[in-house]
Amino acid sequence: MTDATFSDPAAARQSVPPARAGGLRLPLQWLGVAPFFIFALMFLIFPTFYLVVGAFQNDQGEFTLANIASLLQPSILAAYWISIRVSLASAVLGALAGLAISIAIVRGGLPRWVRSATMTFSGVASNFAGVPLAFAFLATLGRLGLVTVLLRTWFDINIYGLGFNILSFAGLTLTYLFFQIPLMVVIITPAIDGLKKEWGEAAATLGATQVQFWRMVVIPVLWPSFLGTVILLFANAFGAIATAYALTGSSLNIVPILLYAQIRGDVLHNPHLGYALAFGMIFITGLANVFYIWFRTRSERWLK
Amino acid sequence: MKPSRFWAWLTFALGAAYFFIPLIATFEFSLRMRRGEYSFDAYRVVFGDVRFQETFAYSTIIACFTIVIGVLLVVPTAYWIRLRMPQIRPVVEFITLLPLIIPAIVIVFGYIRMYGSNSPLPFLATTRGTDVLLMIGYATLALPYMYRAVDTGLRTIDVRTLTEAAQVHGAGWTTIIVRIILPNVLIAVLSGAFLTFAIVIGEFTMASLLNRPAFGPYLQNIGANRAYEPAALAVISFAITWGCMSVIQVLARFAPKSANNPN
Amino acid sequence: MSETFLSIQGVRKAFGQTTVVKDFNLEVARGEFVSFLGPSGCGKTTMLRMVAGFEEPTAGRIMIGGKDVTNLKPNQRNIGMVFQAYALFPNLTVSQNIGFGLKVAGASKAEITDRVKEMLSIIKLEGFGDRYPYQLSGGQQQRVALARALAPKPKILLLDEPLSALDAKVRISLREEIRAIQKKLDITTIFVTHDQEEALSMSDRIVVMYDGKAEQVGTPFEIYNRPSTKFVANFVGTLNVLDGTVVDPATATVRINDRDISLKKGQLNGAKAGDVLSLALRPEAIVLGKQDGRDTNLGGQISDVSFLGSVIRVRVGLGKNAVSLDTFNSPASPPPVVGERTEISFSSDDLLVLH
Repeated sequence: MTDATFSDPAAARQSVPPARAGGLRLPLQWLGVAPFFIFALMFLIFPTFYLVVGAFQNDQGEFTLANIASLLQPSILAAYWISIRVSLASAVLGALAGLAISIAIVRGGLPRWVRSATMTFSGVASNFAGVPLAFAFLATLGRLGLVTVLLRTWFDINIYGLGFNILSFAGLTLTYLFFQIPLMVVIITPAIDGLKKEWGEAAATLGATQVQFWRMVVIPVLWPSFLGTVILLFANAFGAIATAYALTGSSLNIVPILLYAQIRGDVLHNPHLGYALAFGMIFITGLANVFYIWFRTRSERWLK
Repeated sequence: MKPSRFWAWLTFALGAAYFFIPLIATFEFSLRMRRGEYSFDAYRVVFGDVRFQETFAYSTIIACFTIVIGVLLVVPTAYWIRLRMPQIRPVVEFITLLPLIIPAIVIVFGYIRMYGSNSPLPFLATTRGTDVLLMIGYATLALPYMYRAVDTGLRTIDVRTLTEAAQVHGAGWTTIIVRIILPNVLIAVLSGAFLTFAIVIGEFTMASLLNRPAFGPYLQNIGANRAYEPAALAVISFAITWGCMSVIQVLARFAPKSANNPN
Repeated sequence: MSETFLSIQGVRKAFGQTTVVKDFNLEVARGEFVSFLGPSGCGKTTMLRMVAGFEEPTAGRIMIGGKDVTNLKPNQRNIGMVFQAYALFPNLTVSQNIGFGLKVAGASKAEITDRVKEMLSIIKLEGFGDRYPYQLSGGQQQRVALARALAPKPKILLLDEPLSALDAKVRISLREEIRAIQKKLDITTIFVTHDQEEALSMSDRIVVMYDGKAEQVGTPFEIYNRPSTKFVANFVGTLNVLDGTVVDPATATVRINDRDISLKKGQLNGAKAGDVLSLALRPEAIVLGKQDGRDTNLGGQISDVSFLGSVIRVRVGLGKNAVSLDTFNSPASPPPVVGERTEISFSSDDLLVLH
């Protein structure tokens, strides 16, 4: 339908001057974006909404807070807690490491090829997640992994004897860093580029030390994009399941894995508790997103 | 000058070590299938596996359809918003960012509940329908990247002037989009397409929960049951991702440069 | 001229194999406004950055107020600098930007507030103190940058092409404003520019630079009217160059086309009979037609006429030479016509031999 309208040259020519196309043609204008909105509603917003509503209903379809209350049972709380810890740790560590690498390649006076190689690699690694990533880390730091074996034979260090386990909080965090750090590099490098060399020179001529310049200009300028990216990385890790599932099976009890098991086999014996579990995930990432938007607008207040 | 360069090199070296050691280790591990010597046996086994061929082919086809859906959805929308409705831009941008916030597992959970065999729109009642739903789900996952790529592409060309110039010559809307706008943002669309491919090809969650024989669940299955093949598969996957990103980089060199942003 | 305040002695700067500043010497008096004028790549910005301390001279030394600052870091030199791209800190308000230098020096709040207020009134932006840089126009941003540089009372003000990013109109008004503030505060200033009009209108003295060397140092009047090299003559203002053959060195007679012309004495610099010289002549020194008081005239043909509003620029072919000249537009008389035979006249004293 919409296509037919738009391919009619006569209609198109009538609506040429955008100024005149305003009020009268409003419904026709909306036809242009209708497919997008219908798609978004049907396959993004309604399905999510369906779960959110379900989280507040009992089997009879009546309103209840019982499902949300059931989230407070120890095993589910523990799942949320470890998910938040892994996501937060990998987001913060990934952001700091990514920031350091970004500053090094933009500001460190390294040859040009270092920067372009790093950016290319980051583009690849930030998209290298999921099951294969888990394989790579099992081959590296698993019980028979190359690094594990070399540390044992060369330096007589048995990392598993020291309490390390790839199937743990530390192991999962270390694995997630493989896509978190590059994602940070990809996102934050433009922001570092935005730090003008002249700012540093202006600060120097005004008598500021490097430390003063960083404290008064660099950190305040970078802070919103840094924090915004941390939150994005957090959401990125919080919803990830494939890596963790392939790495640990279901031995590590994080929320996405719990939800996965619930969808497959109703392990919680209450469909509405599954909805509540999903609602909890959206709630946490949504909360993070509110911060993200807030910091974005702050960042934009300064930078144009 | 000197000390800062030292720290820069050190940071870079540490980063490089963190990223290259797992890749080297994985590659080394993948060569160890034959006892006592290095060989490509694991790769031979993987490539010879019928299920590998089937699932990879299935995921490739799904990825291609996903790209088509994504392009049809994003290009006209982004174009129309640039041309006529800049005021709803923030809303659309917000929606395209939602898939980064709503985890894939939640989206697919919603699909399973909403589009089951007893629902008014029973996508899941048939295999074909499930395939379509999987493509739609993937198009949703790729939406943030596709929209961003296309919108950036449109920003570098002057959409309004091009459109008006075409209209002066009597072109209709289909002609404008197909003959004028699409070729000019082709590079951007292709970048989005390859990124979509990289995301979709090994996706696990949606395919697994919709019970489709895709590459992601196959990988997971091999991982749970085999020793050396997973390492070989990881290397192959990394190569595929690398290939997609390289194509995007090469494409970027052909992209039209904007007047106000020559770099 | 009063005592020297900034002294640049034998400064050289090389980046690897390329020398970008060669043996640069300059004495600047207290309160003087000196411009470095030259095309891009002539070394003027590098020289300025050595004064600021961003680049270290390969050889030579720089003294400010009698103190050797060659090895001091930029933040120890007490200088103020204004950049082409404003370089205001985006996260700080106008007031915070202006107060930055005082704050890092540990000045008290009251002191900073007073000084910021004073600077805002000097740059005529009272009431803009709480805005952010992006809320200001380019001209306003550059005025804030100037105030920021001046607030800590620097010994020297360095301006690195501060007007090139601005619109033509703003450029001219800011040019006057910068000069007025500089005079009022009596601050020693180095101004880098590639725009001869800026340099001529603002400076006490101009250093014309080319290929890492100071070609000529002098007042705007000297630079414009008595360029000492071909480069200076070409770079500053529009210039006609005529070929003349030396006829008699003793009487300083040269031949242009078919006419023998006597130059002012002492210009030939030892040229022998038969040598071909380049003789410079400003467009404004030439008039169309015969005129009293100008001793030389040459015949030619009008080859081009451009109407520029208040003046008309006419190009006249004179055999193998050609000159441009300006005549005032007058509604009463019709403009010259291309192809017309004409005569030009000038005073032989205005001919300048270029070396």
